[in-house]
Amino acid sequence: MFDKYIVCEEGFRTLDDGRTGGVVEVRMPYYRGLALSMVEAVDLVVDGRPVPAARTTFTVHGNTYRFDQLPRTTDDRWEMGERAQLAFETDEPLAAGEHDVAVAVRLRISYMPVPGGGRDAKRLTLAAQEI
Amino acid sequence: MSASAHQIKRGVSLYSFQEEYFLRTMSVEDCLRVAGEIGATGIEIIPEQMVPGFPALTDEFVEQWFSWMERYGTAPVATDLFLDTKLHRDRWLSREEQVASVCRDVDIAVRLGARIVRAIINTPPEVMEEAAPYAEEQGVRLLLEVHAPFHYEHPWILEHLEVMHRTGSPALGLMPDMGTYVERFPRVVSERALRDGAKPELVDLIVKTYDDHGDTHALMDVVNYRGGGPGDFGLARQATHYIWSEPKAMLEHMPLIGHIQAKFYEMTEDEVEYSIPYERIVPVLVEGGFDGHLSSEYEGNRHIQDVHPVDSVEQVRRQHAMFARLLGETTGEDA
Repeated sequence: MFDKYIVCEEGFRTLDDGRTGGVVEVRMPYYRGLALSMVEAVDLVVDGRPVPAARTTFTVHGNTYRFDQLPRTTDDRWEMGERAQLAFETDEPLAAGEHDVAVAVRLRISYMPVPGGGRDAKRLTLAAQEI
Repeated sequence: MSASAHQIKRGVSLYSFQEEYFLRTMSVEDCLRVAGEIGATGIEIIPEQMVPGFPALTDEFVEQWFSWMERYGTAPVATDLFLDTKLHRDRWLSREEQVASVCRDVDIAVRLGARIVRAIINTPPEVMEEAAPYAEEQGVRLLLEVHAPFHYEHPWILEHLEVMHRTGSPALGLMPDMGTYVERFPRVVSERALRDGAKPELVDLIVKTYDDHGDTHALMDVVNYRGGGPGDFGLARQATHYIWSEPKAMLEHMPLIGHIQAKFYEMTEDEVEYSIPYERIVPVLVEGGFDGHLSSEYEGNRHIQDVHPVDSVEQVRRQHAMFARLLGETTGEDA
């Protein structure tokens, strides 16, 4: 229902901690917030190459999680419309300029027999180097 | 029509403004201001949607909430609960945990000043039964939403009615969703399917079958036989999820009905709903002596956001102009 808003046009940037990779801001395609345990996957494809979940982290309102921690995280939430930071590592530094970013979110919604969520793809421009 | 004799009040679920809230172009305060301006003074909120930090409510939020109510001439009426039976990946929430979740949400309603809690359709009857005494103690009514494709003869609803009648609990009741009275297929939905690549002849078949109140059970199969793709299947599935039933069916259950979710998909410029005949629904509520709120629930945004800027405020305004007309309110201000 909010698929087209999943990938945020702003905020795409390189990692600022010395590792190679980047950060893309993402929103949940759903009309309410959910405990992180019900966020089953946030799959990322950059320039046609899938990024393994193990090479990504997920940050909501300042709290950073690995994806293997989410299933047990019932006391923190991805709020409705909140811009979460999906950080990812790459082998090579991200080149300046445009990149194709695709994100698929899979949610476990209790009143639905099938997984919820949605997908979005946008061409994003890498912002100038952070700080 | 004895429209003047009724006690029906107008309200809005802030769910209606989900597009704007999601994009942060409207805040909770903005929603309340708009509601007050429209005369939709009874407020319904989904705490999980608009209260960051849920289920913890800060004193600061609660204080603001009541000060906004005063400022904009609105009052809290209802909250909507969800029941995350699949909270954990590897196990179902136990019955005790489900009851505890409902009771937690009753507490949240009380803090927000609401006396009605919408119990989502997946809430099991036995959980309603066990939570009822706590709700009663807190002065809150737990109302099960009767949401399409469910209706009053459906076994799931009958199980709930059995609990309500057997216990006679004053805390239990029903919250009909007007999406159960979709008389003709919402065109915002079929037009979206066409834009997404559905085949025009299959869209016509689906819409016509629905509008004729024909048999939609095998629509997905027929669409498959006619070479349909994912877009066509999606639309066919939608056709099985809307239902049309006779609004008078509510009369028999009126003592249990405490709140109405006035679902809508498209209010036209003429201030009528394209697919839901409110002009035949409101008189039934008047006849049955319903004295709660008609609470707007706009859900058209998701079908038009690909081509139009969404204006939920204008949509809700039009619905309330229609309600004012159907309820015989003579405001004389903005016709």
